[in-house]
Amino acid sequence: MTESINWRERLNPVVLDIPSSGIRRFFDLVSEMKGVISLGVGEPDFVTPWHIRESCVYSLEKGYTHYTSNNGLLELREAVVRDLEGDYNVSYNPLNEILITVGVSEALDLAMRALLCPGDEILIPEPSYVSYAPCATLTGARPVYLKTSVANGFQVTAEMVEKAITPKTKVLLLCYPNNPTGATIGREQLLEIMEVVRQHDLIVISDEIYGKLTYTGKHTCLPSLPGMRERTILLNGFSKSYAMTGWRVGYAAGNPDFIAAMKKIHQYTALCAPITGQVAALEALKNGRSQMNKMVEHYNRRRRLVLQAFEEMGLPCFEPGGAFYAFPDITGTGLTSEEFAEQLLKESKVAVVPGNAFGGQGEGFVRCAYATSVEELSEAFQRMRQFVRRRLGRGKILTGSFGKSESVKEGICKTS
Amino acid sequence: MKEILEILKADGRITPRQIAIMLDRDEAEVAATIKEMEEKKIILGYFTLINLDKVKGERVSAIIEVKLSPQREVGFDAIAERIYRFPEVSSVRLMSGSYDLSVMINGHTLQEVAYFVSNKLATIENVISTSTHFVLKTYKYHGTILDDAEEDRRLVVTP
Repeated sequence: MTESINWRERLNPVVLDIPSSGIRRFFDLVSEMKGVISLGVGEPDFVTPWHIRESCVYSLEKGYTHYTSNNGLLELREAVVRDLEGDYNVSYNPLNEILITVGVSEALDLAMRALLCPGDEILIPEPSYVSYAPCATLTGARPVYLKTSVANGFQVTAEMVEKAITPKTKVLLLCYPNNPTGATIGREQLLEIMEVVRQHDLIVISDEIYGKLTYTGKHTCLPSLPGMRERTILLNGFSKSYAMTGWRVGYAAGNPDFIAAMKKIHQYTALCAPITGQVAALEALKNGRSQMNKMVEHYNRRRRLVLQAFEEMGLPCFEPGGAFYAFPDITGTGLTSEEFAEQLLKESKVAVVPGNAFGGQGEGFVRCAYATSVEELSEAFQRMRQFVRRRLGRGKILTGSFGKSESVKEGICKTS
Repeated sequence: MKEILEILKADGRITPRQIAIMLDRDEAEVAATIKEMEEKKIILGYFTLINLDKVKGERVSAIIEVKLSPQREVGFDAIAERIYRFPEVSSVRLMSGSYDLSVMINGHTLQEVAYFVSNKLATIENVISTSTHFVLKTYKYHGTILDDAEEDRRLVVTP
């Protein structure tokens, strides 16, 4: 008989200590159920525009199946530079200041590994995307959270940053428009924060993957602020704006030293982003603007419908200025985020993500992605309204359904 | 107006209230604009797009290229009108190129379509010739792919 070995003991304790994603547990729960409308998906419902897919098919026919340079196709880097210049008036050298990566996820990991040493501290807003803290932890650095709340519009403030800084603080991570809150941040506020950043000689990693999905005001690209280009690693990609999540193409832009360091890790771990994805991304930048604008317009319309639906439901919801998430406050139901999400799923078959999956500050909220058709959103909110009505326990909640009065809705059902 | 049309084109069942919320406008204003467009015949109707291949029953469609000799003063319009008044004709368009009218007709059987072409259409004065093309399969109709395999392939929950 062979001796049973505890393989877990052999694992890297740093990895063991990283808690598994709260979303994962929820994913398992949802996967077992049928007839669920999911507002839990963090990606566009649109399929990648056909001209982009078609250009990839063509490239395969032409034999584009090889490695590209570690930095990525030069033509793509040049297109990225033109895009940043055109939209945000910030210039980069395509030869040594742009690195094409396997999605922004890889770029994030590279940036952290290139900058952070064990013991360093990195400031991360909370709530925020699930990868930031674990990536930092893997480098041996310590994530320090900047606790944003609905009271300050889920925005980081200069004061908050100042307070969190210690002699070990090296990096400030910013992520606006934000997942899961949909919060954006204004230029003035960023200028104030950058004042503190410069005073304390910090480096900024700015994840702007939702930058193009900005509905109120104008997105400020961080490196476009005076003096920030050199001390910022800008992360961006094609997943959200061009509905290209599965292609896995993103990029980092920064000063030649930062990019060279990131490239060193990239060449030994990923070598290059898949060429098919790069070719598609190039087509997106060349000819995808009008379709992208159309998708953004669709998200914006749905955003307004969703906000209205929450208002009618009696759940206070912060107005998201970007991304495609709404982050309603569910504390009035007396449930925790997880209880709300779990009970809503089981009773009404609507999947939302509990806010605490994005850090402690997300407790009391759920994330609802509105990257779903108006029809599905309508049905989901119909169900959610009934669920909330039972929880809030008052008969007073408005009966208007998702932008339709009940009578109108009935009328439509009869004639269809 | 353009935005309202765009939304209605994608979903004819959407209510003025929903449109108003989506466009951040006043509901009464949206309703008035829609009514005005209906009156001006910009909006001609609200229909249901049906995949007839999935509905039981025999059905035949054909596109007929019609060559005409135009009439003095009214050009092609008077002849076109004589054609488009037939209920079996679903569309009539004046074309540039080697023929003049493109006429789409729907019938139950091949014979029915053939009868219409030879007895009704070809006999109209000023019709010089017709060329009938039967539809074998429809792939895309009114901007909609009929057998679209692009269902939602996303995972149910992702960060």
